[in-house]
Amino acid sequence: MQTLNFDIAVVGAGGAGLRAAIAASETRPDLKVALVSKVYPMRSHTVAAEGGSAAVQQEHDSLELHFSDTVSGGDWLCEQDVVEYFVRRCPHEMVQMEQWGCPWSRKPDGGVAVRNFGGMKVPRTWFAADKTGFHMLHTLFQTSLKFPQIHRLDEHFFLDLLVEDGRAAGIVALNMMEGELVQVRAGAVVLATGGAGRVYRYNTNASIVTGEGMGVAYRKGVALRDMEFVQYHPTGLPGSGILITEASRGEGGVLLNKDGYRYLQDYGLGPETPLGQPKPKHMELGPRDKVSQAFWHEWRAGRMVSTPYGEVSLLDIRHLGREKILERLPFIRELSMQYMGIDPIDDPIPVRPTAHYTMGGIATDANCETSIRGLYAAGECSSVGMHGANRLGSNSLAELLVFGEAAGRNAAERCGESGGSSSSSLDAQAGDVESRFKALLRQKGKEKWSVIRDEMGLAMEDGCGIYRSEELMQKTIDKLAELQDRISHVGVADNSASVFNTDILNLIEISHGLDVAEAMAHSAIQRRESRGAHQRLDEGCRERDDENFLKHSLAYYNKGAAPRIDYGPIKITKLPPAKRAYGAEGASQDEKNKEKANG
Amino acid sequence: MADEKKLLLKIQRYNPERDSAPYFAPYEILWDDQTSFLDALQYLKDNVCPDLSFRSSCRMAICGSCGVMIDGVPKLACKTFVRNYPHGATVEPLANFPVERDLVVDLSHFLEYIEALKPYVIGNTRSPADGPNTQTPAQLARYHKFSMCINCGLCYAACPQFGLNPAFLGPAAITLGHRYNLDSRDYGKNERLRTMNTENGVWSCTFVGYCSEVCPKHADPAAALQQCKADSALNFVASVLKCKKNKEVSHGDKT
Repeated sequence: MQTLNFDIAVVGAGGAGLRAAIAASETRPDLKVALVSKVYPMRSHTVAAEGGSAAVQQEHDSLELHFSDTVSGGDWLCEQDVVEYFVRRCPHEMVQMEQWGCPWSRKPDGGVAVRNFGGMKVPRTWFAADKTGFHMLHTLFQTSLKFPQIHRLDEHFFLDLLVEDGRAAGIVALNMMEGELVQVRAGAVVLATGGAGRVYRYNTNASIVTGEGMGVAYRKGVALRDMEFVQYHPTGLPGSGILITEASRGEGGVLLNKDGYRYLQDYGLGPETPLGQPKPKHMELGPRDKVSQAFWHEWRAGRMVSTPYGEVSLLDIRHLGREKILERLPFIRELSMQYMGIDPIDDPIPVRPTAHYTMGGIATDANCETSIRGLYAAGECSSVGMHGANRLGSNSLAELLVFGEAAGRNAAERCGESGGSSSSSLDAQAGDVESRFKALLRQKGKEKWSVIRDEMGLAMEDGCGIYRSEELMQKTIDKLAELQDRISHVGVADNSASVFNTDILNLIEISHGLDVAEAMAHSAIQRRESRGAHQRLDEGCRERDDENFLKHSLAYYNKGAAPRIDYGPIKITKLPPAKRAYGAEGASQDEKNKEKANG
Repeated sequence: MADEKKLLLKIQRYNPERDSAPYFAPYEILWDDQTSFLDALQYLKDNVCPDLSFRSSCRMAICGSCGVMIDGVPKLACKTFVRNYPHGATVEPLANFPVERDLVVDLSHFLEYIEALKPYVIGNTRSPADGPNTQTPAQLARYHKFSMCINCGLCYAACPQFGLNPAFLGPAAITLGHRYNLDSRDYGKNERLRTMNTENGVWSCTFVGYCSEVCPKHADPAAALQQCKADSALNFVASVLKCKKNKEVSHGDKT
């Protein structure tokens, strides 16, 4: 096996990984940084983000408002010191992106434009039309080319971590084109491997978003935190799940049921706002959890539109007019036309809630470091604690910059610490990884990974969807346990080939996905309350219960058994838990708070 | 799937460890009006031939992974629909790139060419503390189209010149360099022109224009190349004049 020596290994080359690699290189230009990814950087799922990235920019906005929107949006499950750091750093990172060449959309005077987004009190979402993630990812990738100390290992699949005396010492990856394993030794490792949306059947995520980064850390004993909180984006295309950006509502689009009625007014988001005059934190600018939950109720009441691909609501942007749609939302127009045969200039877009984002992830401290010294995590794979029980739209692109930067910088400081890892011990660990990989290649059996993947996806939808109950979650848990058993009977068909063997890689991805799904389902069933994206229908669990559950869940891996669920404290710095309110009620709450602050 | 129908695809297969040369194999797929070629490939991998290798990621035509030749034309598999091929189709790896396995080609040269064009802001000393650069919508519009490239490689598969001369930097890389040359925040144009204004740079292009035709994002590489040729020619004239002037100055020094 080839051994490569680096100072830092960054795993994942999406937004967070690229930002981390650049930050590490800027902090310590003498360091050698490996940037390892199973795909070329520009294929990473950051590319599919559409609407924008949050940072306070306007005079009448403030860091305090971005902070309180994020904390209340997260239903008070956020680490408030982390959110304070986040909102403070966002403007810096967005300006940095501008100076690296990101083509932010502009105002006529040449300043950067911002738009409305759900759950945000003031327009503060920076955007590049509706391809913000694409432009950010390419800007970061292209900027990374300036740094000769960043060595890309493209199409290298992350198999395992090397850990010595409780310290990260590198990784083992499969060079996909050669079919050979590579040992990448490093004094610090940053995981930036993205989310796990593909454990759900119907989702907005790229096929690569399979969760093995979380899975590897989890098997090494790092906790997965707040995994029960999975975001359903309110507007995915039926059938494919392709994302239709929240910016379409930020720009003034409305959601209709089959009677043409703007149903969100019946779910604590009203009163109805005039067409073409979107109002922050009202109606279609509510947070994603509430908007998806409203869909669920309308669907159950039989007021949605039936299509061959399920029940849908209608996203109407026609009143924005051709010119604005072409300027601000060209990509979702193209997607609607290509994948639905509908031109949103002329007709409403059929949409339905779709699994989208894992709020939880690899537990880290405020510096992005995990319980393994020298092992960092950033971006969607991580839980640095900023999203709580529900993430606000446009906070995740901002997150990958702010915490990608922090993780890369901190890893650069940390990697020089003498680890004293012995070469022979690391070789032995890497040798173990290789034997397990080779054994898996020879695995025989009648099961297929594609069947296991589909059954897992359905079970997660049934038990861990928008609304949950004890009974359904238990069924999902039982199903996942059954699949854990069956996956060891998957026959590897492509057992002789080494070059670009995606048969074996799919099996590895799904095997980690199952672990991650179990962490989600067990964390969910043990949280006996409703908060943010975790809503329960069973008796005694329908309300938020701060007395018993104002705490993070921590799922620990238990080989061959159900995960152990533990809990950790929440850090509250300045915003004590209060009722989470939007629409008219939220506005009157804001007024009262203002009076209190002034009086 | 709603209303499933059957169709025959001929897919090029090649496993370097087993096959002496690529060959076509027929596969029957199930499809409906929403089925893309990527869906069809995934259906085959899931149900028929788990050893079929292809690249995919976003399935919404923004990540650039799934470029293949469909009936001999470079296409993104995720954005090309089976419904438009009622009589079946052939699927091959992207032309002009070395084939690694099945539909997977080696893109490493393409990546090197992108890097060679220095696609990043050069010579702008502003730092975040100074706040953002001003850039008017008109200044943004100058380069915006050329920033749409998703690096899928379809234009290289379409380019007859790249087929003849693999050292040609090619449409996408040059478009990306040009995108920065046109950006009001950048001062690296002369540096990039040194790479562009070469035999394997813009002068390899014979303006066939097929690159723009196949571009799935309308980034219009053919236009970028023509504009780059004009820039390169002007830059050449300017450098000759400058050189001449320098000579005169140095001669002047001697007398």
